[in-house]
Amino acid sequence: MLSVKKNEPVEFQDTLIAKFDEVIQRYPEGKQKSALLPILHLVQAAFGWLSVDAMDKVANYLEIEPIEVYEVATFYTMFFLQPQGKYVLEVCRTGPCCLVGAERIMKHIENRLGVKENEVTTDGLFSWRGIECVAACGMAPVLQIGPDYTYYENLTEESVDQLIDELKNKQAINTRP
Amino acid sequence: MAQKLLLEHINVPGINTLEVYRQKGGYRAVEKAIKELSPEDIVEEVKKSGLRGRGGAGFPTGMKWSFLAKPEGVPRYLVCNADESEPGTFKDRYLMTHIPHALIEGMIVASYALGANTSYIYVRGEMMPQIRILERAIEEAKAAGFLGKNIFGKGYDLELYVQPGGGAYICGEETALLESLEGKRGNPRIKPPFPAVSGLYNCPTVVNNVESIAATVPVLNMGGEAYAKIGIERSTGTKLISASGNINKPGVYEITLGLPVEEFIYSDEYCGGIAGGKRLKAVVAGGSSVPILPANLILKTAKGESRLMSYESLADGGFATGTMLGSGGFVVFDEEQCIVRNTWNFTRFYHHESCGQCSPCREGTGWMEKVLHRLEHGHGNMSDIDLLVDVSKNIEGNTICPLGDAAAWPVASAIRHFRDEFEWHVLHGEEAQIRNYGLAHYADPLTLVE
Repeated sequence: MLSVKKNEPVEFQDTLIAKFDEVIQRYPEGKQKSALLPILHLVQAAFGWLSVDAMDKVANYLEIEPIEVYEVATFYTMFFLQPQGKYVLEVCRTGPCCLVGAERIMKHIENRLGVKENEVTTDGLFSWRGIECVAACGMAPVLQIGPDYTYYENLTEESVDQLIDELKNKQAINTRP
Repeated sequence: MAQKLLLEHINVPGINTLEVYRQKGGYRAVEKAIKELSPEDIVEEVKKSGLRGRGGAGFPTGMKWSFLAKPEGVPRYLVCNADESEPGTFKDRYLMTHIPHALIEGMIVASYALGANTSYIYVRGEMMPQIRILERAIEEAKAAGFLGKNIFGKGYDLELYVQPGGGAYICGEETALLESLEGKRGNPRIKPPFPAVSGLYNCPTVVNNVESIAATVPVLNMGGEAYAKIGIERSTGTKLISASGNINKPGVYEITLGLPVEEFIYSDEYCGGIAGGKRLKAVVAGGSSVPILPANLILKTAKGESRLMSYESLADGGFATGTMLGSGGFVVFDEEQCIVRNTWNFTRFYHHESCGQCSPCREGTGWMEKVLHRLEHGHGNMSDIDLLVDVSKNIEGNTICPLGDAAAWPVASAIRHFRDEFEWHVLHGEEAQIRNYGLAHYADPLTLVE
């Protein structure tokens, strides 16, 4: 079940607020609530997930009730209400992908990472989950990784291994002193 | 080579830029529309073209436009449905990725025809790369004077914005999409009032699919009458087909409506035949929501005529022996695929994506998923098969939006055409865990080429 009980205080940087300001210009006056989804995407890209405090601050910014943010964040599957791995591997599990091996790919990811769906690896780097059709059936099996939602297509066990290794190496380079 | 109206220049390097797009004749339709035509003229051309909605419902686009209410002093909106979430469909993603200006040009033409001064492209949130591509294309178009204030000095203003969704199939339904665009949960609205009267922010609104909007560009360039001559019967023009599943060449193909299904599957110009030299078992021709058909019925109608890729021919025989063109999501199943497992997969999808407003859909999809799960895993009873039919009938037609029907049809059709495969799962539960049922009497009626 989804829950919004997880919390962690967050601070919105001025650069993030500036992006919010840009987004609300797109809508007629008084219709700033339309900016909710784009803003939640921006917040999730910045923090990796949506904590209650983050959602409350969004409500405050948009001058709407916190419940109006919670009900939206819990409805749309792209929003994470729990902390995730740095890289969330989201594998399409709908029909057309399954015809060409998506279930095998998910099993392989589970074995390779050693964690079940929606769990985070101990190093905090990875989590994974099955998601529904992402409009890439011709390039199946496919997975995506946010917050840019890069697609990795025509997956094989080998290409998944390669991807995981690359992401691990990238991390090692980034943390080098 | 079939005539290409949307993808003609898809392989031209740099076609995603305004410069190359214009070199290939892009934005002629915008100039023609705003400089030479009145909004009414354009609606008339689109009506004459016979263009039908490419998102799935197939409703005539020109007629939809003519229903738009035009009260004085109230803004009107055009919203492009780029939520593309019907399983099996990926044509809009392809078009937006490679030729974003085809959509932007169509948006300008359509907005002008409808008298909209602010238009939105609602793109599913997972398509962040496509959102960036469209935003860049909009900037280019604006810099070139095709968007903004007083376009071509003709007094017409237009702003275009891209809105991300949040990952919800239901937002492909137009009123759910509008709710979502207003920053709410994607719960479909009760109709009437229709969006043409009360849509976005309670203002008159038209919601059109990406491909429908892009198709208005060739309609305007060649004229509605010329467009109507392409295709067959009331299936005019060309259609993007997303081909996936067990075929040699999955991908997006632009076909002239009326192409024989057999040619589409087996010709090297299109799907290139079944992968691995296997045989064809079944096809879902128009996205996961439309009835699945066994090989014999997808290649030929019940009357024995060649089945064509058109609204009419695919629907020939009604749901008893036919299906629908839908969104053009063409999913091909080879002889090794399990119909029960796939039906369970699709039903899990609909259960997951039901918004929960209407009990028949919210509860019914869950029941169907559970029953199909036990059939697939060898714990089903014979009575489960009729139970599924019963539940699907109680969902169909009893919900606010078509998601209920979309969930019911795949189940009902799978049982209608593949009942003995379901029965085999009941009678041979353990064996069904090890092997699939195979082709049986749905055998590919084409003789294998030696």
